[in-house]
Amino acid sequence: MAEGALGDRRRPGWRHRRTNWRDRRTTWRQRRASWAGRATAYRRLVGAAARSQLAYPLSFALQCGGQAVGQATDLVAILVLFGHVRAIGGFDMREVLVIYGIAGVSFGLADMIVGQLDSLPGYIRMGRLDALLLRPLGALGQLCASEITLRRLGRSSTALVVLAYALSTEDIRWTLARASLVVLAPLAGTVILCSIWVAACSVSFWVIEGRELASTVTYGSSMFTAYPLGIFSSWLRRLMGFAVPGAFVAYFPTLALLGKPDPLGLPRWLQWSSPPVAALSVLVAGVVWRSALRHYRGTGS
Amino acid sequence: MDGLVRSFRRRRGVEVRAVDGISLRVDAGEAVGYIGPNGAGKSTTIKMLTGILVPTAGRVRVCGLDPVRRRRELARRIGVVFGQRSQLWWDLPLRDSFELLRVIHGVSTVDFAVRCEEYVELLDMAPFLDTPVRQLSLGQRMRGEVTAALLHAPRLLVLDEPTIGLDLVSKERLRGFLAALNASGRVTLLLTTHDLPDVERLCRRLVVVDSGRVLIDGPLDQLRRRFGVRRELVVELESPAPALHGLPGVESVTVQADGLRQHLVFSTEHTTAAALIASVVRRVAVRDLAVPEPAIEDVVRQLYAR
Repeated sequence: MAEGALGDRRRPGWRHRRTNWRDRRTTWRQRRASWAGRATAYRRLVGAAARSQLAYPLSFALQCGGQAVGQATDLVAILVLFGHVRAIGGFDMREVLVIYGIAGVSFGLADMIVGQLDSLPGYIRMGRLDALLLRPLGALGQLCASEITLRRLGRSSTALVVLAYALSTEDIRWTLARASLVVLAPLAGTVILCSIWVAACSVSFWVIEGRELASTVTYGSSMFTAYPLGIFSSWLRRLMGFAVPGAFVAYFPTLALLGKPDPLGLPRWLQWSSPPVAALSVLVAGVVWRSALRHYRGTGS
Repeated sequence: MDGLVRSFRRRRGVEVRAVDGISLRVDAGEAVGYIGPNGAGKSTTIKMLTGILVPTAGRVRVCGLDPVRRRRELARRIGVVFGQRSQLWWDLPLRDSFELLRVIHGVSTVDFAVRCEEYVELLDMAPFLDTPVRQLSLGQRMRGEVTAALLHAPRLLVLDEPTIGLDLVSKERLRGFLAALNASGRVTLLLTTHDLPDVERLCRRLVVVDSGRVLIDGPLDQLRRRFGVRRELVVELESPAPALHGLPGVESVTVQADGLRQHLVFSTEHTTAAALIASVVRRVAVRDLAVPEPAIEDVVRQLYAR
């Protein structure tokens, strides 16, 4: 009886897989159309979120300003610090400001895109995640698109101004590679931080109140990435710099931009490896998210 | 295969089997009431049908698709309404929610306009189409939810307690709409509910589940005929009278308030409420009477007892 049931189950599964494959032989044009359709859908979701956030422009402007000031307090901390010392971790003040700038822009953007994943436990409890799963789009994409927090742009803009200032006073030999890195580094940093965020928040699927744990990694990264690696103890460096690839957000790109040898003596190729690390973290985060979602759909908590 | 829904599934929890070996097949165009007491496994079944939950064992096919593996494709072919949660955008007017769903499902503007106009008219939604969803009454919101689930012209509409919390008028309007929709042959209905009139009005077939198993599966009329449903007539009399024994079809009589109020339990196999009322009125002077709607739980309990 049990064996028969198993056999029955296996055969239709196999047949189904073949049908599946045949169905997927869609033409390139069809696939492009479906990509375009999905892109439009996400864009409209972001638009809807933006509209409801901009419904009260004054309040939005104040919130933006609040975020900008919040980011500036970190800046004040750095300035105060350099009132007492000339260099930290082998970096002088303007060099630290470059790290701070790249890290700040990245963190602001990441917080804008995926920051609301913090509310995932609420989504799960209220069953709103189920509603997302009933639409022909990915759950993560829908979550990020409809929960995008535009006021975080305030945070990024402070950091961007500081970055521009620090770079302009710094004596940099501009090459094509460095110029592209200036643009790429904050973007790669954003991608890395987003990945960290997604992976950390996936914990919510196992532990409904996993928020605190996730915050350690996410907001912890915001602090960690803004300072030279050398000021942290070696286990923290390994954990937050490489296991969680925080060192690739701002520290290594800054070294590459300034053409500065690593005070820690780490190999030079690491300084240019932020974009591939970003790609890798996306893959890892994707796998973690998928298995988390599978777990959710397996338990139905 | 043109079977719209065919499923065989077995789900094993750690200790609890929420759904324990349910097998059923629903053909295109049917209207099936999927009922059972709380915790019977109704919602779990629906979650497996819609690809939200992975079955522990067994096989599910909805519109010919494996719901979990091909969730997105399936999402284009089915519509789901949860009575207790919303899939609309809380801060946006209903109209904007519809427009967003149009883009999400990739419906052309022409099709969308036609359907939207039809449903807005049928469900009388024009007055509140521009009101943010959070300001809508429950009845208005439910009409919006149902429309939202239908905009992409699904072949199957799954409704999980769609009338919960609605007032009588709203319920009736929704039932009428769903009945017409199903009668048009475009949409198959699968409905869970605690409201017996929902089932009576909408479903030709009834599936009763309890503790994760199918208790009964058959056409509603046949079930009624086969099991007959015991109902109750409550009469309040002008003056106290002895217990009204001996009326045709009455199985038992309970007397309250010294004979001023009497509960007559009758079987729908042998008489109708109208016939019984007529014979009561012939015997005594009646001041007031009521025929309480049997709750779905009562029906299930009666089915159990046999």
